[in-house]
Amino acid sequence: MRILVLFAHPKLRQSVVQRAMLTAIAGLDGITVRDLYAEYPDLMIDARREQSSLLAHDVLVLQHPLYWYSSPAVVKEWLDIVLEEGWAYGAGGNRLHGKFLLNAVSTGGPQEAYHDKGRNRFPLRALLAPFDQTAYLCGMGWLEPFVVHAGRKLEPAELGGRAQRYRDFLVGLRDGRFEPQNHLAEGYALPPSFRRAAAHADAS
Amino acid sequence: MPLEELLTGAFVYLAAAVVAAPLFARLGLGSVLGYLAAGIVLGPSVLGLTGEATDVMSFAEFGVTVMLFLVGLELQPEKLWELRKPIFGLGSLQVVLTAAAIGGAALLAGFSWLVALVAGLTLAMSSTAIVLQSLNERGLMKTAAGRSTFAVLLFQDVSVIPILALLPLLAMQAVPTEETTALASLPGWAQTVAVLGAVALIVLAGRFLMQPLFRWVAGTHIREIFVAFALLIVVGITLLMHLVGLSAALGTFLAGVVLADSDYRHELEMDLEPFKGLLLAVFFIAVGSGIDFTLLATMPGVLLGTVLGFMILKWVVLGLLAATFKMQRADASRFSFSLAQGGEFAFVLVAFALGLGLLAADEAGLLVAAVAISMALAPLLMLADDKLLQPRLAPQGAKRAPDTIDERDAEVIIAGHGRFGMTIVRLLQANGRRSVVLDHDAEQIEALRKFGYRVYYGDASRLDLLEAAGAKTAKVFVIAIDDRERALAIAETVLRHFPHLRVVARAWDRVHAYQLLNAGVHGVYREVFGTSVDVARDVLTALGQHPFEAQRAAALFKAHDERLVRASAAHQLDQTKLIDITRAGRAEIANVLAQDVGEKNRDPDRAWDAPERDEA
Repeated sequence: MRILVLFAHPKLRQSVVQRAMLTAIAGLDGITVRDLYAEYPDLMIDARREQSSLLAHDVLVLQHPLYWYSSPAVVKEWLDIVLEEGWAYGAGGNRLHGKFLLNAVSTGGPQEAYHDKGRNRFPLRALLAPFDQTAYLCGMGWLEPFVVHAGRKLEPAELGGRAQRYRDFLVGLRDGRFEPQNHLAEGYALPPSFRRAAAHADAS
Repeated sequence: MPLEELLTGAFVYLAAAVVAAPLFARLGLGSVLGYLAAGIVLGPSVLGLTGEATDVMSFAEFGVTVMLFLVGLELQPEKLWELRKPIFGLGSLQVVLTAAAIGGAALLAGFSWLVALVAGLTLAMSSTAIVLQSLNERGLMKTAAGRSTFAVLLFQDVSVIPILALLPLLAMQAVPTEETTALASLPGWAQTVAVLGAVALIVLAGRFLMQPLFRWVAGTHIREIFVAFALLIVVGITLLMHLVGLSAALGTFLAGVVLADSDYRHELEMDLEPFKGLLLAVFFIAVGSGIDFTLLATMPGVLLGTVLGFMILKWVVLGLLAATFKMQRADASRFSFSLAQGGEFAFVLVAFALGLGLLAADEAGLLVAAVAISMALAPLLMLADDKLLQPRLAPQGAKRAPDTIDERDAEVIIAGHGRFGMTIVRLLQANGRRSVVLDHDAEQIEALRKFGYRVYYGDASRLDLLEAAGAKTAKVFVIAIDDRERALAIAETVLRHFPHLRVVARAWDRVHAYQLLNAGVHGVYREVFGTSVDVARDVLTALGQHPFEAQRAAALFKAHDERLVRASAAHQLDQTKLIDITRAGRAEIANVLAQDVGEKNRDPDRAWDAPERDEA
């Protein structure tokens, strides 16, 4: 599987957790890593370029810190501009059918905070619902999010371990050691368009 | 005591230059006229403070030599090649026709044909020193008229050499040896070889020897050695040229052209520029003081007749040539007024002819006085052309009236369609916005119309024109011209008469921005500010700063600096207040940028989480 990681952090200079994750996956064959804020500092996303980049990969990873219970702005802008009707969804919009989406996020707060009773009042799974539905509408498989909670409070070795696990997962996907369909997010049912595309791919 | 004499002389000349040049420049008359006037005042006719004018003259002619070296430096060989047609076509015709016309007039006036021919050739020369200095001062060297004028001057300088060779033949007598070059004793073929050898030496040395020499000299890091080397080149070539009997000006010009491609061209220019300026100043003062006013007293009619006669003849010939070569009317006027005087080479030729017995002493005196007076008149003539004729002859001739404009539907009116206005028009047009452009560059207008732009010829500060362009119904008025004063004038007119328009303007710099803001212009854009901010942003990125961070830093800086300009505009004239604002502003921007990159911020990975104390 060819993997495309779109990374977004508006203040990379201060980042610890995201930087560790980024370093862990840098320079690997078959894993394309791109920094959206570096490529589009003025947020002028090039839709054609991004679409052809998507076509050349099988798994899209959105890697970013969780900001305001969502993604940094450039990721939202990227989704708005690139996933066009008739391309990613709607009539004739079948280009992403059969591909996979993975959210790789870091949060400042601990896991307990993301709970009905926690101070953030929602489980992370619920906060990521927009990505869940985006994947569904685009006929993609939505993988179990990779999350690093409260990474700044981790010991360096522990953070390194988390980053290594992230790397192992992506490399495993790349090499086919992990079958992405076995790593779908809990409770995510593949959309019919995904199944059709997969059946079509198997037949041909 | 010779040193004291030298210093006194230097003091007089320098003082005259320091007083006269700024005064005349301030009056808009140009420095050349200032030097000439200073010379007249210092000369024997008024104060009598200058010593032997001829000594000073030969020293000052070196200034012309340096000047031609610098002119050569500006001209790469390819550019010179491009000029070959005007140099040899226009130039040769000017010399031949002018000499014929003046010689003919002299014949009619009853002079012998020999004197007529000598006078014709002598007076055909124009003053390279005065004309080039004036053209440079007014920034006209690169214009069509400037190029043609330069071409003619160059040909004249070159033609002095054959003329000097011709005069002894006319005299039909042996040339006194002391008048000639060191090579005179050699047989003819050897002289030719020596001349060609000298030229070849200059070209080859310039091509192959100078670059390593410059590098070596520059490597010493002793600045005055470089200056000395630059002077050495010019002095050396002058000597060499004198040795083989060629024009020193021509030799240095050639050397300049050869060195125009060299890496050290700009250093040479910078080092020699002050010498050239000073030497020329001395030259002009010497010309001024050399005018023999006694002749004016004893035979005013003849002298003034000669001056007017030959200048008018020159002017007519130049005008005819300009017409033949299809110059535009404004260029033709500038060209003929620029060259209608006698030149410094006339002094050389007259002295030579006198030595050969071709001219009588009184005839020579008359010619020298006439040439000197014409040189004094030259800057005045150019000034008159500049102030009185040029405005009327503006591109495409005096008949070009403002276009009749009937625009009722333009949303935007743009004054000025240069590099600045063009971008605006293109972007507006690409977005289907209707705009009208007013400009006064006729050539450009024709070109733009071919591409379907709505461009009109006219002065954007004129009310009737603005109305015709649709100022009453338009929404935005853009001032995109590069003339600071006119931009302000247009802004004032537009704001006063069409208060509904949003006026945005291109500002030259900070001070101009203050002026425009104070005039009430709504949007003021310093013309290179945006670009330099963009460059700084990309430099930050190139240094490894994250592009998004650099982008934000640039945007913040820009917004901040624009706020600063607006805040400062109110205190435009209050220097201390301005300094205070700037100082405070500098501290503020540092603070803002530091905050933006997060140095004063809290842990950004947690910034979007609820505060920790709630956890308890």
